Amino acid sequence: MSSEFNQSKILLSASSLNLGYKEKRSVISVAEAINFEIKTGELVALIGINGSGKSTLLKTLSGQIPALSGEVKIDNQLLSGLHDKNLGSYLSLVLTNEPVSRQLTVMELVALGRHPYTNWMGQLSEIDVEKVNKALSQVDLIQKKDKLCDSLSDGQFQKVLIARALAQDTPLILMDEPTTHLDMFHKAYVLQLLKTIVKTSQKSILFASHEINLALQLCDKIILIDKGKVDFGTPSELIQKGAFKTLFPADFIVFDEVSKTFRMRIQDD
Amino acid sequence: MSKSFINHFLLFIVLLVGVVMSLSLGSVSIPFEDIFKSLFGLSIENSTWEYIIVNYRLPKTITAILIGSGLSVSGLLMQTLFRNPLAGPYVLGLSSGASLGVAFLIMGASLLSGFLGEFLYSKWAIILSASGGSLLVMLAVLSTAQRVKDTMTLLIIGLMVASLTSAIVSVLAYFSSSNELQLYIFWSFGSLGNLSWKEVGILSLCWFIGLSFAVFCLKNLNALLLGENYAKSMGVQLKKNRILIIVSTSILAGSATAFAGPIAFVGLAVPHLVRQLVPTNDHRVLLPSIIFGGAILMLLCDIIAQLPGTESTLPINAVTSIFGAPVVIWLLLRKRKLNF
Repeated sequence: MSSEFNQSKILLSASSLNLGYKEKRSVISVAEAINFEIKTGELVALIGINGSGKSTLLKTLSGQIPALSGEVKIDNQLLSGLHDKNLGSYLSLVLTNEPVSRQLTVMELVALGRHPYTNWMGQLSEIDVEKVNKALSQVDLIQKKDKLCDSLSDGQFQKVLIARALAQDTPLILMDEPTTHLDMFHKAYVLQLLKTIVKTSQKSILFASHEINLALQLCDKIILIDKGKVDFGTPSELIQKGAFKTLFPADFIVFDEVSKTFRMRIQDD
Repeated sequence: MSKSFINHFLLFIVLLVGVVMSLSLGSVSIPFEDIFKSLFGLSIENSTWEYIIVNYRLPKTITAILIGSGLSVSGLLMQTLFRNPLAGPYVLGLSSGASLGVAFLIMGASLLSGFLGEFLYSKWAIILSASGGSLLVMLAVLSTAQRVKDTMTLLIIGLMVASLTSAIVSVLAYFSSSNELQLYIFWSFGSLGNLSWKEVGILSLCWFIGLSFAVFCLKNLNALLLGENYAKSMGVQLKKNRILIIVSTSILAGSATAFAGPIAFVGLAVPHLVRQLVPTNDHRVLLPSIIFGGAILMLLCDIIAQLPGTESTLPINAVTSIFGAPVVIWLLLRKRKLNF
């Protein structure tokens, strides 16, 4: 097996995946017939309007809720066959709106990412400390490692959460809207950081985002959920298919294929 | 690590001072020298003093330490489990369960007195019914804990159980005689004294078991600081962990309530007080600090309850709140912020 082959191996795949929730008497389907393959070293954006099922897809991929049908494979293993206990060494999460305590130092919070590997007391080994330090330097926070998270700005805290996922040292990282609450500079900065991470560490990142314009410029692939249908491909493939044309109501927002950006339609009257 | 070692060492010194003060204060004044002598098994001239120290003050001091630290640790566990600063050892309805048990014993006694006679009014009957009540509530909460997905739901169910049981207690109180009512109210005042060495032994055993459970949960408690979704993604088995935490709390707070009555405030406040001193939420540092902090606060409240220089004592349950609440308010105003 050549290293060339290894570098582009399929890390996460979904085949004829149907998403939704089972309630007592009815099944609520959110999106159907999803197929995609994410390879190592790829940055993939998950795009869709509010309520389109981005979170449901992320929850399904991270094993929090079961799929209605179809299968998800991580590193050639069926997700449904993985025990909760082992999942932590395959994928890590960066979430928004979790009640994360900020009364921890940056170092302490990032070190919690080593949870799946530490002993019963959570004692850090030399390897753990090394990985934590590496994660901190990847997000450029090594200077602040003894600061309390409480004293950080939102942008810095987001970097801490990303560092925690990096310290967990999984081949796949799933992120739910990693750029919410951030200003335009920090949005671009965080996405650029993700790009650097996948290129330098051979990890794959799938992130849900509303930053379509930035994602189109930056990502290797895009998963687009639009009215229950799912498209998958490189940004230019999706643009050629015209997949973005129907995402928003055309009388408000239009997609300009030349500049690859969405623009507001200014009402003239 | 060395910084937290110094912190713990200082707390230990304060605890020792507290122990000596609590042993030397009481309605009978005994010189320091004689207290130390009797503690180390040397005979002293006044055998009454020796009796007071060995059979009254020493068990009470140990009880204060066990109950203060036990309640505080269970407060910490609940605050982390629910990620809610208002949670305390009693949010799951443990003390209301105990109150219900004791209320049934005391105020329902007239119905049963034919069978049980004198036993009804003995200390053991109260301890048994308090633990029975707590145990029942705990089992109910545990069975819910296995069913609900969301910890917040559990918190609300605990509060509902508490108001349900207090309503039943009110109904019982309404139909009971003033004698019975007085007996019940005296129990609810709480008391650290009156424990024999045998009872102190049982309490220590419960304390040790409950604390072992807590130590076993330390790593997962830290993971819970990130919220349940993160914890689960790192391999924490949420339900199993939740049940371990509830069992630990029930043993610690349940035994404290059974032996000393429903002591309010300590379990809720000590974790917050300690967080002001120890600037971290790492449970491996917090847990020992809170054990010391809880023991110190309880000893302090016990000393105040003695009303040094007088012969009367105040109910411990009142003292913890009267003197504790202003301290917490003052600390929060000074820091302007809850370190949670």
